[in-house]
Amino acid sequence: MAALICEVVYRGIFQKNLAARITRGIVLSARKSGRWGIAFGRYGDSPQRNGIPAKDFAIVADTKEELEQNMARYEPKHVDVTIAVDDTLSKGVESWAWYGLQPINRLTVPNGTLLMTSLQSFDSLLKDIHKKDAPYKLALLRAKASFSGLWVYREDHTEVRILGALAKIAPAFLTLDGVGEAIREMEWGSDLKVESAKKAHGRLETREVTMTEGNAEIPYSFEMPKWWEMREGVTIPAIPVGKPKESGKGYVPERNPYFKKFTTRTMRPVIDFDTCVKCTLCWIQCPDSCFDVMPDGTYDANMEACCGCGVCEAVCPVEHCITMVNESVFDDNASQWEMWRKDKGGYKTWMTSKIGDKNATVRSHGFRFRGQYEKELETNLDAGGVEITAGIPGENAQHKTV
Amino acid sequence: MAVVTQAAPAGHEEDKELLISGSEAVAEALTLADLDVVTAYPIRPYDTVMQAIAKKISGGQLVAEYIVAEGEHSQFEIVKHASTVGARVFCGSSGVGWMYAMECLVVTPPLRVPMVALVGNRALDDPGAFGVEHNDALVVRDVGWLLCWIDTSQEALDTTLIAYRVAEDRRVFLPLAISADGAFLTHSQALTMVPPKSKVDQFLPRYNRGDLLLHPDNPITVAPQANEDWVIEIRRQNNEAMARAVGVIEEAYADFRRVFGRGPENPWFEEYMTDDAEVILVGMGTISLPIKVAIREMRAKGRKVGLVRLRWFRPFPTEKLVAALSKASALGIIDRDYSFGSPFGSGVVANEIRAALYNADRRPPLLSFICGLGGREVTLEDVYKATDLCYAAAKAGKSDPKTHWLGVRE
Repeated sequence: MAALICEVVYRGIFQKNLAARITRGIVLSARKSGRWGIAFGRYGDSPQRNGIPAKDFAIVADTKEELEQNMARYEPKHVDVTIAVDDTLSKGVESWAWYGLQPINRLTVPNGTLLMTSLQSFDSLLKDIHKKDAPYKLALLRAKASFSGLWVYREDHTEVRILGALAKIAPAFLTLDGVGEAIREMEWGSDLKVESAKKAHGRLETREVTMTEGNAEIPYSFEMPKWWEMREGVTIPAIPVGKPKESGKGYVPERNPYFKKFTTRTMRPVIDFDTCVKCTLCWIQCPDSCFDVMPDGTYDANMEACCGCGVCEAVCPVEHCITMVNESVFDDNASQWEMWRKDKGGYKTWMTSKIGDKNATVRSHGFRFRGQYEKELETNLDAGGVEITAGIPGENAQHKTV
Repeated sequence: MAVVTQAAPAGHEEDKELLISGSEAVAEALTLADLDVVTAYPIRPYDTVMQAIAKKISGGQLVAEYIVAEGEHSQFEIVKHASTVGARVFCGSSGVGWMYAMECLVVTPPLRVPMVALVGNRALDDPGAFGVEHNDALVVRDVGWLLCWIDTSQEALDTTLIAYRVAEDRRVFLPLAISADGAFLTHSQALTMVPPKSKVDQFLPRYNRGDLLLHPDNPITVAPQANEDWVIEIRRQNNEAMARAVGVIEEAYADFRRVFGRGPENPWFEEYMTDDAEVILVGMGTISLPIKVAIREMRAKGRKVGLVRLRWFRPFPTEKLVAALSKASALGIIDRDYSFGSPFGSGVVANEIRAALYNADRRPPLLSFICGLGGREVTLEDVYKATDLCYAAAKAGKSDPKTHWLGVRE
């Protein structure tokens, strides 16, 4: 290897600064071994959009010429290490700019490494990660997703832990000493962070993944139209008016067939149809019009259109009627209402198990109470620093704090 | 849609001869074209057009929405939107007013809005001045506007009718700016033949926006945000529309001659005494007048000089122009514009023609002149001087690429 190419797949806005720190850290760490490097993001809107998968890249090389050779592309087509700092990205990447669904390991080279932060088991993650036509390594750092906001950054050591792990994955380019030196010099660095990097280096769990393992689903894709096939005048047809759900009852809107939003969610609403009072608030307030009106007047969140923002949970006047649950505990995008209609008892059991999962109902971003950050720092980062809270502050957090 | 209240009687009607300015001639054409929406914001010399249209409306000859905007930016936005819902629209400005509308001017071609605009050419500020320079209209030369220059009141009227025919052709659907030299054309009254409505109806079909019509029965989204996966395809479409405009313009002029019994054989440029010309001068707009007079004076003394007055700048008539110019012994391009820091410091037209000639089999020496800026008079002496320099270059068989400024106090 004369060059090391890394991609960081992250959630727009929530992890924008984190991803930039990781790629910057990779280049500055490799510089300590005399390497040349560049850190850059794919230019576009995805980094600015809540939860939309986006990418940053870091390339380090032995010589400037090798670096240029790898920079000549708009973005790398193959990467030695794919880094995902939110394990719900294991379901794939569908950014605002790339259409269709990309498996998280699509760009990872054969025998390359997919490095993730996760509290899930290897097997659980491999239910979501698509099959690949080459073996690769899955490397895990035990941590929950590190989410913050547009301008702010969450000081939970995720960036240095990734750098420490990389020193184990690609020691030819990043030595642990080089990583430590670079962290110390960083404006956000500290001795404590150097220690975190060393710990991560020691605690990285790695497993070979064979070609037979992984999610067998064929990711949906489509072909971009030719210039002469496109409508003129920068016009697109409006989405047609929707149809009743069945027998003239209910309403299912037509949706953009090219943008599914499956992978933009870190959480999804789980709905208790038995307690729904049919007030319409979730349906009206959903910014993505994801709710379908069912023949009985209840509302089903359609997973093709749900971005997982949690507005429905916030506006729902009925306690525990809508609960946001982490995306990682779901295996498909099927309709909850259909499940409920077929087997009410079975649905109740399923729903209770989902909303009763204390880890899965922790809000993926934002703090739920004053002082949560300090509490998380006190806990063991390898356990994810998990504090069991749910709900939206100022709205219903007090009800949902366990 | 607008209705012309004057009944258009059947049968053969004759043209009427009126003594009108270039601006009034445009208003006559707009009335005949049954304009739907016009926006107005005053700036000299364009304001003479909006005044003339206002008179047509107040006199009951034209029924149209006349919207006074609070600035040029809104002025052009309003007609852009009106055009997307199927209205035949008109707008215009001058100098820095046109610049203030720039954001709307650049979005109009990709949206394929066939707006017709009049640019009363005016020097850009500073200094605040009113006289003609072509730099204002020329700023849209790269972004998909059809762009032509007119010379007389008659041409103002005829070109306005032709403009709607070309811009609103489904194969084109691009905005079209008619450039008229401030003062010399906008404010000078000349005898002009105004055709009857019945003839215009034969020539100009109604605007049909077709599948791009913004209407509840045709639900579409116009101008969504797009990333790099879409932009170059949209530019490619625009380029195609501009290329298709060439054939549509030739069709329109041919049809114009058939219906109205006048108009040029060659839509692209006027050739004056070029058949045997040793030296050909090239210019746009009303500059043709002193040049033509000077040519007649020089021909009386045995100098074979001709003029090519360029009408269409976008699309640029490359092949035809090269054929017409490459036969001369020397060319003198007279720009009423500037392009500071451009190759050889030449004006825009000179550099376009240099580029067009690059692959020509025969490339005569080409001299570049800048003159008449800010409405400065282009004198016969200026033309004589330019011609002398062209003859010297013809004799030498080559030209100094430097640009000559004429009529400057020095």
